[in-house]
Amino acid sequence: MSVRPLSWRELPAAPVITEAGSALRYKTGSWRALRPVIDRGKCIKCLLCWVYCPEPAIIRGEDDGVEVDYDYCKGCGICANECPVKAISMVEEG
Amino acid sequence: MRVAQTAYARQQRVGMTGNEAVAYAVKQADVDVIAAYPITPQTIIVERLAEYVNNGELNAVYIPAESEHSALSACVGAALAGARVFTATASQGLALMWEILWIASALRTTIVMALANRALSAPINIHCSHDDAYACRDTGWIQFFAENVQEAYDLTLMAFRVSEDKRVLFPSIVNLDGFILSHGLEALYVLSDDAVKGFIPPKEPVYPIDPERPMTYGPLALFDYYMEFKKVQAEAFKRVYPVILETFGKYEEISGRRYSPVKTYLMEDAEVAVVVLGSSAGTARYVARRLRAKGQKVGVVSLTLYRPFPAGDLAKALRGLKAVVVMDRSYSFGSPGAQLFMDVATALYHERERPLLINAIYGLGGRDLMPQHVEEAFEVAREAARTGEVKEREIWLGVR
Repeated sequence: MSVRPLSWRELPAAPVITEAGSALRYKTGSWRALRPVIDRGKCIKCLLCWVYCPEPAIIRGEDDGVEVDYDYCKGCGICANECPVKAISMVEEG
Repeated sequence: MRVAQTAYARQQRVGMTGNEAVAYAVKQADVDVIAAYPITPQTIIVERLAEYVNNGELNAVYIPAESEHSALSACVGAALAGARVFTATASQGLALMWEILWIASALRTTIVMALANRALSAPINIHCSHDDAYACRDTGWIQFFAENVQEAYDLTLMAFRVSEDKRVLFPSIVNLDGFILSHGLEALYVLSDDAVKGFIPPKEPVYPIDPERPMTYGPLALFDYYMEFKKVQAEAFKRVYPVILETFGKYEEISGRRYSPVKTYLMEDAEVAVVVLGSSAGTARYVARRLRAKGQKVGVVSLTLYRPFPAGDLAKALRGLKAVVVMDRSYSFGSPGAQLFMDVATALYHERERPLLINAIYGLGGRDLMPQHVEEAFEVAREAARTGEVKEREIWLGVR
């Protein structure tokens, strides 16, 4: 991370986050060991991956096409497991 | 007990059990929320508070929780929301609260809890040991030990003021020996409601819960930040001690009763002493007085404050002694000494000259500490002082 880590002297008295929605800035994509890759030719736009993604890191397009948000995808593989037409494969991160 | 004449005039002398006295103090402290689960020997505290709420004497939300775990969890939420909060428990109930104790402290809540000290099972026992108090020594709670019913009342009031002080913001436990104090009926002086109101200013929440401004309390902090937050908490806890001394002073001004983290008795020229927590201090003093009449140079040191541990003041009180018996109403299996013993030994380690130390285990599960048991402890200390060595590091008083 490029942000300078704070020393204890700069922290509040208790572990409290006073700002709502700040988790957006916590990019969890770096946790990923396997990356889901969608084969658009096979995708039938059923949206099951979008429903099951716990993050949610599947972005739904206007035409119900889907994309992976790699900033937050932790690579759990649920989307690949749920896809009824095997359009999502899990590929090792380089 | 020192009571100034002026203080007499403003105080009422009443008869109460320790539990009733704590409940009365909590009512006078005008708490907002009580969340509790009944357990012997504290049950009467929360029963009495339920009556106060029911009959309109106390305007508070009373949450009868489904377990101690839930009771303390509710207290944490209420305290964060800005409420003045109280709960009470003992032994197994405290054990069930245990994981929340850490959270209550780390989130800097100002909960006050009465702990009517009781032995932990097995075998099942409802009487006094200090197992439960010792079990929270590392959790970041302030811990007071009452010696009698008057102290249980006084310390409960002082606990609210200490905990809620902006320089402190840590929860407090007021320990009172199960049955011996919780159910023992004694005469005590109680302050007027107005005097208490003046002593404990209205609580100001630090991070108030506000639906308009959502916040996260106790989020994840891994190897990146956990250690820094613990350092913040550690440094903050180091600042508690002077506030307690200041609060004891302020309380003396309105009550006439003087409190000190370390109480000394006949220690001026003492050669040996016992160190003790809770109600046993009175028995120890009685014995010391009798032995003094026989010319033995014995004294008693008792602690009103267990956390933060008054290490410096205790070491000062024990300076120049030849031998000391540390009395523990609990046992720590496999440890180099029982819990109070380890603290006393640590406090003395940095002294240039240290007394010989003996650990006496006594009173487990409510076994009465009789004067002859304290005499035995003093005799062991005197023998160590005489011979310059400790024959047995650990002795059990009153065990068959």
